[in-house]
Amino acid sequence: MKAATVILEALKREGVDTIFGFPGGVLLPLYDALYDFDINHILVRHEQGAGHAADGYARASGKVGVCLATSGPGATNLVTPIANAYMDSVPMVAITGQVSRHLIGLDSFQEADVTGITLPIVKHSYLVKDSADLPRIIREAFYIAGTGRPGPVVIDIPVDVTKEEMEFDPAALPQMNLPGYRPTLKGHPKQIREAARVIAAAERPVIYAGGGVVIAGASDELRELALYGHIPVATTLTGKGCFPEDHDLSMGMVGMHGTPYANYALSQADLVFAVGVRFDDRVTGKLEAFAPHATFVHVDVDPAEISKNVAIDVPIVGDAKRVLAALLVEVRKLELSPDRHLPWMEQVEAWKRDHPLIIRESEDGEIMPEWAINKIWEVTRGEAVVCTEVGQHQMWAAQHYLCRYPRQFISSGGLGTMGFGFPAAIGAQVACPGQLVIDIAGDGSFQMTLQELATAVQYGLPVKVCIINNQYLGMVRQWQELFWSGRYSHTCMDCQPDFVKLADAYGAEGHRVTRPEDLEEVLRLAFGSDGPAIIDIRVKREANVYPMIPAGGTVHDMMERD
Amino acid sequence: MKHTLSILVENKPGVLTRVAGLFARRGFNIDSLVVGETENPLLSRMTITVDEQDQPVEQVTKQLHKLINVLKITDLDPAGSVERELLLIKVKADAKIRAEIMQMVEIFGATIVDVTSEVLLIEMTGPREKVGAFIDLLAPFGIVELMRTGRLAMSRGRRAT
Repeated sequence: MKAATVILEALKREGVDTIFGFPGGVLLPLYDALYDFDINHILVRHEQGAGHAADGYARASGKVGVCLATSGPGATNLVTPIANAYMDSVPMVAITGQVSRHLIGLDSFQEADVTGITLPIVKHSYLVKDSADLPRIIREAFYIAGTGRPGPVVIDIPVDVTKEEMEFDPAALPQMNLPGYRPTLKGHPKQIREAARVIAAAERPVIYAGGGVVIAGASDELRELALYGHIPVATTLTGKGCFPEDHDLSMGMVGMHGTPYANYALSQADLVFAVGVRFDDRVTGKLEAFAPHATFVHVDVDPAEISKNVAIDVPIVGDAKRVLAALLVEVRKLELSPDRHLPWMEQVEAWKRDHPLIIRESEDGEIMPEWAINKIWEVTRGEAVVCTEVGQHQMWAAQHYLCRYPRQFISSGGLGTMGFGFPAAIGAQVACPGQLVIDIAGDGSFQMTLQELATAVQYGLPVKVCIINNQYLGMVRQWQELFWSGRYSHTCMDCQPDFVKLADAYGAEGHRVTRPEDLEEVLRLAFGSDGPAIIDIRVKREANVYPMIPAGGTVHDMMERD
Repeated sequence: MKHTLSILVENKPGVLTRVAGLFARRGFNIDSLVVGETENPLLSRMTITVDEQDQPVEQVTKQLHKLINVLKITDLDPAGSVERELLLIKVKADAKIRAEIMQMVEIFGATIVDVTSEVLLIEMTGPREKVGAFIDLLAPFGIVELMRTGRLAMSRGRRAT
């Protein structure tokens, strides 16, 4: 069997049903093998799209996403998606073509040292020197990418390797050789008992939950813990949906643009139960002032996250699902009374009542962006899979598209990659056929990867792009307004394509909404159609995202509105 | 405080780059670094000295552990381990002072490995401080050239490092 076919057989054995890719010279043998092979291939229009689509597919499905790019520029175009997946712990295998072994290191045509370039942004990487290693390497790559703290793994394969003839038996699983990789999944029982004790003793507890809960599939356990212990829950951006946001105990998102009540609660808490989070600076603000009165419990599968930014009192290294299940058993033994911290719950309720997120429908007849998001939520009854780009619209989406399910909200959290949402939505749509998948976009972000419209049209992927169009790079403009004396240096983007005509040019459906009273009808029309659509929603141009805690600030610096 | 980390890694291409790259990316400083083979041809040993003042050593070791090719890290306790550096030093040594230098070589248990009419090339091993003291003593004679390796260390007793 040709090594190229062996690669595909090995991928299939790992359960791969879809590859997002773009061919090239050194990938000719592999694409030739793919020609009549039983794996779905989505041809993107730029390799970055392949990487983000694999990311969106992985986040929506929980499976390992696979992208494929040729050597040199094809591979370097994957750098952003790989970094993005690394920052948000997304399981991904990126396969890159490489020049023939005898040409490596000679500055050959379309040669780039991809394993070198991606070294700081991968969980692991391989340069395949011998075709005989392919089955083992592919098995290891999927195992590494998908277990422990997930992350991207690069497999760089020289073209001459893929042309070799070799034996392959799909039934014979190759032995993995990973003596240095043993993720700790089971939490330490003593630490878990200690966590139960501090939970029982707490008067002002808060759960701070993140993407790790989604990844571990630990939402049920988290919900049980919160409900049993009557503990309010704040989530991070990537944790959205791991606890139902329409629940009384939900405080929504915490951090720079989090809800006032989540931030107040953390600032006053005497216990922060952190799970699957990494104390990112967009959450903590000024580290010394973050939850200053709290005892910290931190559950994470990555030991290096424990005490990285904040000193932890009760560290528990392990898989969130297993740890929370074990913790529930211990907490129940302590028979917590539901009204043991009544004053605290009343305080949280008071904050929610006195500092709600504000939704204004319109100003001077113009649509307010947060109202548009709220309308999208209403029209979709909160049931859509929502991807976002990066910027103001992302924060409005995080604030106002309340999620009930894990894997429902897909956003570039750590890296903050503009142009992520649309290709990610394409990947999510592949993973969730029949479901409504929306990309809440900014006009700036969408222009970074809009060529994937052709991909969506070609494969009949009915992704709905809602552009929150303010003709600005809005988040940077907001910072310029607030912190740089209103000097809007190069953030005005009023020269932009006509997005309705653009959609038409690509064979998609295009709509424009300028008046609040038209929005609902247009959304229903666009969401109800069976093809991809762009809805260009013109919003008030200089609306800001509030609340906002300036970078490095504390809850006392919070700006609640204009 | 200086920490000597003894890191057992898989002997594969690119492992040194991964380790060195991790230090660079996380902003950790390396004081000294020695890499060499071990009794097992599949494994290499890296001995890296870091300063606790520059970075929390716990965070360094945790990040290193995340590298798939890293098998074991030991933060060697100075009292429970033996450490050595190798020094090669070329000193000006005409006939008048040669005897004096040779006396110091003997006291420090060093070895003269090359002699010309003008210079002596001396090899010496020892703990970092002893190597430093030897260099200080030779300095007044005129050091032509000096090279020292990083610190190599092994735990005492029967247990493997």
